Amino acid sequence: MSATPTRAVVAALIRKDLRLELRTRESVPAMALFSVSTFVLFHFGLDARSLEGNMAAGVFWVTLLFASVLAVNRLFVAEREEGGFDGFLLAPVDRTALFLAKATVLFCFLVALQLVAVPAFAVLLLEPSPGPGLLELVGMLLLADAGIAVVGTLVGALAVQTRAREVIVPLLALPLMIPIVIAAARGTAPLWLEAGAAAVPGRWPAILGLYDLVFGLLAYAVFDYLLDE
Amino acid sequence: MTQAKFSRGLVPLSILSVVLVVGGFAMVFFYAPNEADQGFVQKIFYLHVPLAIVALIGFVAGGVYGIRFLRSGDRVHDLRSYVAIHVSLILAVGALITGSIWAKASWGHWWVWDEPTLVSFLIVFLLYACYQPLRFSIEDPERQSRYAAVFAIVGGAFVPLNFMAVRAAEAFTHPRVLGTTGGSMPGSMRLTFLVSLAGMAVLFVTLCKYELTSKHASFTLRSLKRRMAGDDDWVPVRRSAAPQL
Repeated sequence: MSATPTRAVVAALIRKDLRLELRTRESVPAMALFSVSTFVLFHFGLDARSLEGNMAAGVFWVTLLFASVLAVNRLFVAEREEGGFDGFLLAPVDRTALFLAKATVLFCFLVALQLVAVPAFAVLLLEPSPGPGLLELVGMLLLADAGIAVVGTLVGALAVQTRAREVIVPLLALPLMIPIVIAAARGTAPLWLEAGAAAVPGRWPAILGLYDLVFGLLAYAVFDYLLDE
Repeated sequence: MTQAKFSRGLVPLSILSVVLVVGGFAMVFFYAPNEADQGFVQKIFYLHVPLAIVALIGFVAGGVYGIRFLRSGDRVHDLRSYVAIHVSLILAVGALITGSIWAKASWGHWWVWDEPTLVSFLIVFLLYACYQPLRFSIEDPERQSRYAAVFAIVGGAFVPLNFMAVRAAEAFTHPRVLGTTGGSMPGSMRLTFLVSLAGMAVLFVTLCKYELTSKHASFTLRSLKRRMAGDDDWVPVRRSAAPQL
């Protein structure tokens, strides 16, 4: 049906979004600033000079989740306001390409955010050095990012056509992402123990992987219906 | 589609649900023995657990009707999905309240975080509480149905996944297996529980059928009014989150 292979369409859409972000700098700087401010807020809110273990993991992941809501809010705004949806629907291309592209873009935004947020967290709040368990941490971050990207894209597409977009996104995304926070925070906590990094129990990455798989397939299947004829 | 389709069997169903619910309560109070540890308080179990189970099945059923709506485009399935989620949400509030009362009576706190079922239930409730706001904030009825179906499907898949994650998180403090609900109960308790569960399930179906019938009656009334006024562009003054047939 489509003349252009889906891979080329996805690549073009990703290039478009990344170029847009490089020119306007709308999402990633806002997310980074937001997360650093939130770390400062937590410092005063908890009256803690440094955090370790469960507390550190919880503060870190909740902050990342709230920061990702900012990006989800902006994800489809250009498509809606500048007629990008119409342009895309007029093109003879597979519609799920938009989902794949947007999820990848959101994933890139999250990785970019974490390049700032992890060092900032290590400097500002984290008591033990993140060095020893860094590899495991990167693994958990990538698994969780995939889940946030998939669910975030779905929620962003659902919310962008509603009247109360800014309200709908957090209301829908936060409950849906609770399993991510559970698994990611519990999985990260042993890495940040004051006594030194411990092994991560295998079920946390497993739950994250299952979550990514289930919601990835689900979003891929239903995304078509979120685009208008 | 006629009125008869929704209201068919409504009278016997209503009678059956009254008999089962009343019978179930009678068994709870006069037949089932008091539990050794918790005494009389434990009997809230016969209300709380059926409420929770039926509500969860109702949420998943809403997702299944969502799939059927997206596949067929028939608005009836959207209406069914809406009604299933609506009634389940009401049962879920009941399950949360009875769970909270049970927790207060047996553990001394209104809310306990190490009870995974209750915690997952709260999360599922928080998610589905957004269903009607979502519908309400989409004006175009066709798009509203489509988006609501997508939400119902995602929610239906989220329910089991969320239970797994929360259960894994609390497994250290409260080890438990999925099948323990009926595992170690004496026969009289199990029978009482099964009758209560059946009563709640039939009550759920009956309530859904009543709401479907009522919605359908008001749609019919509205279209008749419109025809009498001879005005095809007539729009209702009050907007609603419910699907329009």
